[in-house]
Amino acid sequence: MTKPFQNPDQPARLVVINAGVSDPSSTRLLADRIAQQSLDRLSAAGLTTSLAIIDLAPLAVDIAKAIVAGFPGEKVQAAIDTLAGADAIIAATPVYKAGMSGLFKSFIDLVDNDLLIAKPVILAATAGTARHAMVADEQLRPLFAFLRAVPVPTSIFAAPEDWGAPELGTRIERAAIELTQFVASGVGRAITNAAWDGYQHQFGGNAAAAERSAADVNFDTDLMRLAAGGTTRS
Amino acid sequence: MQFGIFSVSDVTRNPLTGTTPSEAQRIDAIGQIAKRADEVGLDVFAIGEHHNPPFFSSSPTTLLAHIAARTERIILSTSVTLITTNDPVKIAEDYAMLQHLAKGRVDLMLGRGNTVPVYPWFGQDIRNGVALALENYNLLHKLWRDDVVDWQGKFRKPLQGFTAIPRPLDDVPPFVWHGSIRTPEIAEQAAYYGNGYFANNVLAPNFHFLPLVNFYRERFEHYGHGSKEQAIVGLGGHAFIARNSQDAYERFRPFFEGNPIYGSSYGLEEYAKNTPLSVGSPQEIIDKTLSFREAFGDYQRQLWVVDAMGLPLEVALEQVELLGTEVVPVLRREMAARRSPGAAPAPTHQSLVTAKYGDAPARQPTPNPNRGDNLTGARPYQDTDLGVAAKLPLVG
Repeated sequence: MTKPFQNPDQPARLVVINAGVSDPSSTRLLADRIAQQSLDRLSAAGLTTSLAIIDLAPLAVDIAKAIVAGFPGEKVQAAIDTLAGADAIIAATPVYKAGMSGLFKSFIDLVDNDLLIAKPVILAATAGTARHAMVADEQLRPLFAFLRAVPVPTSIFAAPEDWGAPELGTRIERAAIELTQFVASGVGRAITNAAWDGYQHQFGGNAAAAERSAADVNFDTDLMRLAAGGTTRS
Repeated sequence: MQFGIFSVSDVTRNPLTGTTPSEAQRIDAIGQIAKRADEVGLDVFAIGEHHNPPFFSSSPTTLLAHIAARTERIILSTSVTLITTNDPVKIAEDYAMLQHLAKGRVDLMLGRGNTVPVYPWFGQDIRNGVALALENYNLLHKLWRDDVVDWQGKFRKPLQGFTAIPRPLDDVPPFVWHGSIRTPEIAEQAAYYGNGYFANNVLAPNFHFLPLVNFYRERFEHYGHGSKEQAIVGLGGHAFIARNSQDAYERFRPFFEGNPIYGSSYGLEEYAKNTPLSVGSPQEIIDKTLSFREAFGDYQRQLWVVDAMGLPLEVALEQVELLGTEVVPVLRREMAARRSPGAAPAPTHQSLVTAKYGDAPARQPTPNPNRGDNLTGARPYQDTDLGVAAKLPLVG
């Protein structure tokens, strides 16, 4: 029972997930540059935009508590709701010990499997050395593949030397153009609208199109027939 | 509306004394808790089913039969009976037997259970959990209603010409609640059969279970059992009560913070504010419970956990006492005052007997003679419907 996802007349909602913890944080700086470039490109494409930033550092304790308790508190729930409403995402993490930050992964561990389906994402990572250059593609990309999100072709990685190199700006531009094309074409929305029933969902979940009442539920399944006194003999 | 207590039967270290009760002590204690609940006028006592330490209740019907013999009025129930890993044939027999012994003071709540290894220990696969629950209940429903059952399903060996004995008391099956915290298929089954739906209302944010409860209400109406507001809804909860709020928090804190499930996440105040956990004076427990009704609509059964987290027996008994004397009498009054005239009363054996027979006498199944092969054939009872043609298994 597919239902329309978002009103195309509404602004394109860009959401940044920032796992950088210092202030100022180079991860947040990178995310801001990507966000600004993306907003400019989206505007140039004739779209109205809005931007929300989820800084994970102030949520660190709440995220840990949510993992242990099995359910999020108010602040983490608000972050999840913001993410559920995103039309495009910028996911930015520092590299610690050759991998994405534990805080970043812990936050992602709290989102429903269907929360980010077909949402375009720019993957971004910062590190103290260029040796970690593949973390975005080798760790973030598979993670977002599991979530059935749509990472854009260009990931952004910044080591200290990149902050003085014009090529970083070029890559950011490229990623922003890619993201803009995904958003402007509405392909994420089209995929979700066409294929939503084919993914597994949790009743009452956080996804924008989660089933919340009988009108949303598909009763034409083996289990629903069994629930209504029928049989399955496969 | 019914009010009572439910226990998961945990055997937990008392963080104040550092000692853990033995299984023997906890089994003895739960009998005393149930007895006190009966004495102070609570309506329901329910016990869980587990098959691993640190829990003690593996055999709810044995325990409940014992409690039935020691109590007068209280309804005995489960929280939950595992509909996935138990043979529905044995559930049909055990709970019908219990129903006779308790003179009808019995119902049960069915659930899938939350302990993964229980499935393989009982020869099942958790990946089939929902399908097992649904199919097993379909069979259980039939076993309690048809004297002679021919049946074939996916999970259990087929049955031919089978009669579950004893037949339910007065030929009226125990009322069934379907417990679920996330699965619309379970709520759908409850709605399809016109059975009750119970949300445990613990370990989750406030009103987290509202979409499922509303789904069940909608489907209950869809299947023609009555309006949405006549659906049979039960809610759990967890309570710690003291004379005043400050004492309640002070006394409960070490048990909450020392608990492996609760103690390492949200603080007690935050947990009590954002989840259905009720800590405080009797008035605070009353107010919080009334907020459940505010959100979920009129409902039929409210149960609280009062004996978990290593609380010593005397404290658990005090909780039961405070519920029975200070909280529930006010809640009965306040809930009744707010109740919509259309809301259904809570089902009891007596109400089900009346619904089935009116003023006529209830059926009392009386077997036909043994044919010499320890069977009574296609007509097991003297009044069995002649239209039933059982397919008996071929032997030899």
